[in-house]
Amino acid sequence: MSDIRLEQVTVSVPTHDGDRQILGETSLHLTERRVALVGPNGSGKSTLARLLNGLVPATTGRVVVDGLDVARQGREVRRRVGFVFTDPAAQLVMPTAREDVALSLRRTHRDRAQRLAAADRVLADFGLDGFGDRSVHGLSGGEGQLLALAGVLATEPSVVVADEPTTLLDLANSRRIGDLLLSLPQQVVVVTHDLELAARCDRVLLVRAGRVERDGEPAEVVEHYRAHA
Amino acid sequence: MSAQLLGLHQPGTTLLHRLAAGAKLVGLVVASLVVVAVRGPVSALGFLALAVALLVWSGARLGLTLRAMRWLLLTAAILGAWTVWQDGWPRAVEVVGDLVALILLATTLTVTTPVDEVMDAVARGLRPLRRVGVDPEAVALAFSLMLRAIPSTITLAEESRDAAVARGLERSPRARLIPFVVRVVARARDTGDALHARGIGD
Ligand SMILES: Nc1ncnc2c1ncn2[C@@H]1O[C@H](COP(=O)(O)OP(=O)(O)OP(=O)(O)O)[C@@H](O)[C@H]1O
Ligand SMILES: [Mg+2]
Repeated sequence: MSDIRLEQVTVSVPTHDGDRQILGETSLHLTERRVALVGPNGSGKSTLARLLNGLVPATTGRVVVDGLDVARQGREVRRRVGFVFTDPAAQLVMPTAREDVALSLRRTHRDRAQRLAAADRVLADFGLDGFGDRSVHGLSGGEGQLLALAGVLATEPSVVVADEPTTLLDLANSRRIGDLLLSLPQQVVVVTHDLELAARCDRVLLVRAGRVERDGEPAEVVEHYRAHA
Repeated sequence: MSAQLLGLHQPGTTLLHRLAAGAKLVGLVVASLVVVAVRGPVSALGFLALAVALLVWSGARLGLTLRAMRWLLLTAAILGAWTVWQDGWPRAVEVVGDLVALILLATTLTVTTPVDEVMDAVARGLRPLRRVGVDPEAVALAFSLMLRAIPSTITLAEESRDAAVARGLERSPRARLIPFVVRVVARARDTGDALHARGIGD
């Protein structure tokens, strides 16, 4: 299992009248396999999640993944930490499903024929057989999110961070993606408004107004959030 | 939606499909240099005719391709009108003819060649430059994203128009242009993030 540390991290963004702190000083040590971040809109969940692979840089403090400093060893960290966005359209960059997965496989498969064959195997693993030649723009929300996840997992990350991966999906698809995420062997950090999904994790952090307000047993934290939403 | 087809490889068996991606790329680069170097409206029309012929030969569905390109053609027409006013007809024909010819040639490449193959060809071609610090994979990725940028930018223009129409503002150029620019910038940033998210591109 991976090991994520935040050491006295803060995040500030410049605004027209000085810097605004969007994440107050936060120290965390995440070793659980499945960690959920919950909390109201604008509370800082995405900011916290994006810190983990350097999509957002820490203004002060340090983020360390498996002993690697995100600020100084960004490249190694990005190879280790895969990120899934809410909207698959933001994640899929190649024209067809097969090519999009193949893009993730370029580093491990030099030979084109082998790479495309491997991409087809990945698609089949995700129940997307037959989708290889489909345009990534013609997929439904659920298919797109499956493909986005397939593209990330094809890079063989040791940590998967997902920012509201089920928010745009219908009930069946959000259950499918949620189940898939929770069953991964990797460490998973998931931002979600789905409190059932959060309750099935091993640890839940409630983020409010740029702080981790509560942190611990999923049932207890989710209950607290429900009572004080 | 239709614009997306522009960047899409259409499988086929024409000679253009069977040519090696590297050969087609070199051809595109040489053609671009020639188109830009040779001056005058007559040659521009010649290049345009040649580009159309190649696109037809590639088996691209012309109706769809043209419909997908209508915003691009509109932009070219505006550029043409401005050039007529500034520099007169011959220059306008040259500028617009060259521009559209190059876009059609690039489209022919994307229609007949899978992106993955283009990337391999670029990466292979640049491998000797690794010693001087060039990362062939990174350049290949940037190049393929650039080819992709043409259709996706057109789609963004269509979305911006839809958004303006949805608010009853379809006649306001401002209500169309500003969201378009914002979308283009946001898309570029998203693409960077998307690559970052998979640890590729660096
Ligand atoms: N680049 C930025 N510039 C300015 N403000 C920002 C930036 N990124 C985030 N913020 C602000 O920081 C706060 C936290 O944002 P964040 O996206 O982390 O919230 P969130 O908990 O993910 O919310 P949501 O549930 O709506 O996704 C918000 O007030 C947001 O407006
Ligand atoms: Mg968020």
